[in-house]
Amino acid sequence: MGIFSFFYFATVIVLCAILVVAFRNPVYSVISLLVLFFHVAGLFVSLHAEFLAAVQIIVYAGAILVLYLFVVMLLNLKRDDSYQRQVWIGVGLGAAALGEVIYLIAKAKLEPAALVNRVSQVTSGTQEGNTEMVGRLLYTKYLFPFEVASLILLVAMIGAILLAKKALPEVRDE
Amino acid sequence: MNNLVPLSYYMILSGVVFLTGLVGVLIRRNIIILLLSIELMLNATNINFVAFSYYLHDIAGQVFVFFALTVAAAEVAVGLAIFIALYRGTPSVNVEEFNLMKG
Repeated sequence: MGIFSFFYFATVIVLCAILVVAFRNPVYSVISLLVLFFHVAGLFVSLHAEFLAAVQIIVYAGAILVLYLFVVMLLNLKRDDSYQRQVWIGVGLGAAALGEVIYLIAKAKLEPAALVNRVSQVTSGTQEGNTEMVGRLLYTKYLFPFEVASLILLVAMIGAILLAKKALPEVRDE
Repeated sequence: MNNLVPLSYYMILSGVVFLTGLVGVLIRRNIIILLLSIELMLNATNINFVAFSYYLHDIAGQVFVFFALTVAAAEVAVGLAIFIALYRGTPSVNVEEFNLMKG
């Protein structure tokens, strides 16, 4: 069961990733990225990260992609644009890097046999849910990074407003 | 439920998605697609974080995905704002036409 759902999610994720890059129309790219995000959320559920699956759908699919669609449709960017001239160099470099990644992963000793005797936090049989565990860690050990993250969001909000607004007309002194 | 999928499968999936995003940045000219490719790369790292969090029985990996998500949201907001500001001056989506800072 587990391996079949993994292969389903992995196949759809890889196909959608390739389609995002290959489609010439940006609207189609955004839609296939949406499908990819939903399947990544499914993968998170199968890895017992239910909170992140929900956040993935709400933030990525709900907020980020809607922003992309707004910009694409607002500026009417349906004009066809060509690829770079060095398509085959880029694809060849990507294939070579992929070979390297697979070689390294195959060589590495990844079986976590020595690690499974640690106290299981993710799938422990306690009553505490995934969201509670993430929240507890976020508000105790990672409290300072959490505050920094909120500061990043504030700065991004101010920056986005300042960059995207039209220049105000000069205020004349009477 | 016991998950029988080896950890290396998740890492290969993550590597494939990351490299697809990288190739997208290399071969496309459309700014929107470049930003979408960066989203792909960030998602690939998120898959890796969650897979390691599951296999090492450590919830901290999921907290880091949360931070990566925050950074992704900020990046999209600022990136699209820069793009809109650029589009007002030069109505084009082709990255090769934006060479104002070229010496």
